[in-house]
Amino acid sequence: MSEKHEKLIDKKGIRLDGRKADELRPLKLEVGVLPNADGSAYVEHGKNKILVGVFGPREVHPKHLSRPDRMVLKCRYHMAPFSVPERKSPAPSRREVELSKVIKESLEPALFPELFPRTGLDVYVEVLQADGGTRCASITAAALAIADSGVPMRDLVVACAAGKVEDTVVLDLYDAEDKLGAADVPVAYMPNLNAVTLLQMDGILSPDEFEKAVNMAIEGCKKIYAMQKEALKTKYMTIKEEEPKEEIEE
Amino acid sequence: MPTYFEAKQLVTPGELLAEGEYQAGENTYVEAGKIYASKIGLVDLDTKRVNVVALRAFYVPKVGDIVIGSVIEVGFNGWTVDIRAPYSAILRASDVLSRPFKPQNDELSQVLDQGDLIVAKIASYDRAHDPQLTVGEPGLGKITRGQLMRITPTKIPRVIGRKGSMISMIKQETNCQIILGLNGVILVTGKNVVDEDLAMRSIKKIEEESHTTGLTDRITQLLKEEKAKQPQVETKQ
Repeated sequence: MSEKHEKLIDKKGIRLDGRKADELRPLKLEVGVLPNADGSAYVEHGKNKILVGVFGPREVHPKHLSRPDRMVLKCRYHMAPFSVPERKSPAPSRREVELSKVIKESLEPALFPELFPRTGLDVYVEVLQADGGTRCASITAAALAIADSGVPMRDLVVACAAGKVEDTVVLDLYDAEDKLGAADVPVAYMPNLNAVTLLQMDGILSPDEFEKAVNMAIEGCKKIYAMQKEALKTKYMTIKEEEPKEEIEE
Repeated sequence: MPTYFEAKQLVTPGELLAEGEYQAGENTYVEAGKIYASKIGLVDLDTKRVNVVALRAFYVPKVGDIVIGSVIEVGFNGWTVDIRAPYSAILRASDVLSRPFKPQNDELSQVLDQGDLIVAKIASYDRAHDPQLTVGEPGLGKITRGQLMRITPTKIPRVIGRKGSMISMIKQETNCQIILGLNGVILVTGKNVVDEDLAMRSIKKIEEESHTTGLTDRITQLLKEEKAKQPQVETKQ
């Protein structure tokens, strides 16, 4: 695979962007950034910049999409025209439609849809800058935004990818590794319930490599989960610091 | 049979709270005998019941709740009312007119029009039907004067205070009538704007500092201080 381009991993096991094989990109998470939305989150995962807004539960439009027994989750993953070096048409592409579905399905197990029948929860994921692994960063941010909206959740959902470049299994691929590497395995995970909600594979891996990649991705998820929890708590930290003692009374 | 939290600890959805003989209270759920949090909030153990006091929540209708809403649509035999909940509420014409409603005699938009604000009670609500409102009780109906403010619905109990202590104090000190909609909308009606503003400022303060100690004292102090300033404002006018 690597005849033309430069080596993605050098002899010391350092990747092109200076990371080790099992190292994550720097991550920044922020909650409650959009006052107009019921819940929102912003994530910077390496060079990815993603904004998520959550609205609802509210009435579903068009009405025939509502379900009498549960809340429907609607996701829209969209990349801004300026998110990639070459202008991306703002119309939803095949890939965006797929990612919308994938994100929706990976978040659904974390919700209690039966609690709010006939309603819909809208999750809008806006990718402002993309550099590989946006579906994972989107899921991480979307889970935060839903938690911020006050919708009850089983667990937060964290996502992280692992893959193979130059015969090495590595964590958290960025754009170049994703395009030139041999395989990409995104995993979404609910850490407290120890449940995988998304598992995809693009490329070819041996069963051993696949297992290694999945485990590596889950380890990455656990690291991101700690940051995710911290980000959610930070918004309410000022309240916590004053150490509440008085009871909430009716 | 352990618990995994300290009293009043800030927890996030999915955090394991307790195992064994405990009961799952508000904003928690049980999975395989373990109790987890389902919202961000502060945990609390009430004898054997594990509760999470949510810091973020939206209003879910409950029969008997007093709510404040705005009319969004005038229909054939009633109104659709936005009560800041996942479901919009229905107010039937016969309930408002207190006599049989005949479409040929009554023009509904003259009774309540789009944008009108009402205080109402939730008469019925279940999973299959949208909440239905009633205004057939004293104190309910169209809002004609006063100011509206919105706070997080979970903080309404804090504004009420222990056995209504907080709200009755604000009412007394500011000479304002205050109606608390359990959906987080509050109507403040006073003799003048200065009184209303003071009442609204103290409620805002309660919302912002709802998880701190000695809040009642600070609100009392705020009200006293502002009252001391007030006569000067009035003489200037």
